[in-house]
Amino acid sequence: MFNARVTMKPEAAKGEIVEIRTVARHPMERGNYPDAAGRMVPRMIIHSFRATYGGEEIFRMELGPGVSANPYIAFTTVATETGDIVLEWTDDSGFTLTRTLRLTVAG
Amino acid sequence: MTGTGTVSRRGIVTGAAALLATPRASRASPFEEALKAFAGEAVPRAGRVSIDVPPISESGNSVPITILVESPMTATDHVKTIVVLAEKNPHPQIARFHLSPRAGKAQVSTTIRLATSQRVTVLAGMSDGSVWSGEKDVVVTLSACVDGG
Repeated sequence: MFNARVTMKPEAAKGEIVEIRTVARHPMERGNYPDAAGRMVPRMIIHSFRATYGGEEIFRMELGPGVSANPYIAFTTVATETGDIVLEWTDDSGFTLTRTLRLTVAG
Repeated sequence: MTGTGTVSRRGIVTGAAALLATPRASRASPFEEALKAFAGEAVPRAGRVSIDVPPISESGNSVPITILVESPMTATDHVKTIVVLAEKNPHPQIARFHLSPRAGKAQVSTTIRLATSQRVTVLAGMSDGSVWSGEKDVVVTLSACVDGG
């Protein structure tokens, strides 16, 4: 289980480029090194992030162990029509965090 | 010394030397492999990719990076994928982004780990199959991964 903060302006003009900024609260444990007791620490990272807009994929990211803890991800989309932007982060435990943002498009 | 062995001492030495030498000579580095996996048959051309990353970072644990690729982002001419590579990281491929014309502009940001001072390489794959690249050197005064962080 983990959490995320998301920032996006809720309204935009048709054709406007809107930026979506996200920070997930996640250790991004890169693993593969021994802990103090000599046991190998297992990898536990968010390995994929996906965004859809009106049900259609607009952005996807594959993350490796080289992405920092509490990863920041920002990207853009063109405001086309009023609809939901759904963000999904999935980590190695199989847990998927979902956030839904409503974008209202005028004009 | 009986001298009855069928394998000479010299044979063993040269054989061992060959075993040590061959993998080094023929195996590509993880960075080269990641580069090849992304570019495929295309030869990356320098340009169109700008990287905004601090030239000096106090900690390699979380280095902000923004990538902007010159592209009209139309249905016929757009950036499809972007990969961020760090040659001296244990896993050189840091992240891969998949974009569509719906992005409006090819700009993405994230926060990365850098094991040590090194060159960050970004490749962008276009809809016409061409691959473009940019790079930036980052000096890290306190590297990531020393305490498992």
